[in-house]
Amino acid sequence: MSASIEIPCDITPHPVTGMYNGKFGVWLFLASEVMLFGALFSSYILLRVGAPEAGPLAWPDYRTNHLNVPLATVNTMVLILSSVTVVFAWYYLQLHKFAAARACLLATIGLALVFMVIKYFEYSHKFHDGLYPSTHNFYAVYFTLTGLHGLHVLGGIIVFAYLVGPGAAMWKYNPAKFTNRIECAGLYWHFVDLVWIFLFPSIYLL
Amino acid sequence: MSFATPEDARKHRNIYLAVLVALAVLTGVTVLVAQMHFLSTPMAVAVALLVACIKGGLVASFFMHLISEKTTLYGILVICVVFFFVLLLLPLATEFTNVST
Repeated sequence: MSASIEIPCDITPHPVTGMYNGKFGVWLFLASEVMLFGALFSSYILLRVGAPEAGPLAWPDYRTNHLNVPLATVNTMVLILSSVTVVFAWYYLQLHKFAAARACLLATIGLALVFMVIKYFEYSHKFHDGLYPSTHNFYAVYFTLTGLHGLHVLGGIIVFAYLVGPGAAMWKYNPAKFTNRIECAGLYWHFVDLVWIFLFPSIYLL
Repeated sequence: MSFATPEDARKHRNIYLAVLVALAVLTGVTVLVAQMHFLSTPMAVAVALLVACIKGGLVASFFMHLISEKTTLYGILVICVVFFFVLLLLPLATEFTNVST
């Protein structure tokens, strides 16, 4: 004997929150992510403000920090473009154009992979120059913040790969729920973009 | 959120494209201001963070559709923002401790 249990409010809005449960859950998750990155940004400020003015422990500026601003600028544009492709995936699903939505999701995965490849080149250049998290507080902050962000990008790639691959079967029997899943994954991806928008000037430019 | 009419869908598509252009321009402005080094450090920090806040606002408002979300969510996010600033201001508290000891 088998019985299926109906999960409440996975498509229709919950009467209290005004949105479906999945979306509300993702927003709560993102709120906790703000706290996580907030704590790291706070540590960054503390370390930077507390660094001595001169000497080996002085905070490196744009002339001495070995960071590749052109590459990071390209990465910023890549992430912004990937945010646009995600929002267009959701847009096309709303219009019931699954093929176009799928193409947008594939473009998102492609752009996310480009981001990771550029990050790989950035990191390998640092390691080649003998710059590790243990070298200086600046590199500890750089590797921690960009590394954690990179892990989030990797997580996004896995989620989108599932939604384009085996997860896409849901579109055939429950298109509304599939569209909601894309919206939730999109919210997460936009947050990843949002974090980079603040990371980029804070680490690379200031 | 869904589109009521084809006109509504077109409007959304145009907004997404306009936000893309705005984000690209603002990224250019951030890099240009930082690379030209014509501003003092505090001024450069203020400009970079202001531009980042505008870019973040655009992403949150239009890509994450926060502009048309329910008020329940705003309440949660306000609490989140308050505690985020508490976290950012914690280093300041340690500075006060240093002064008093």
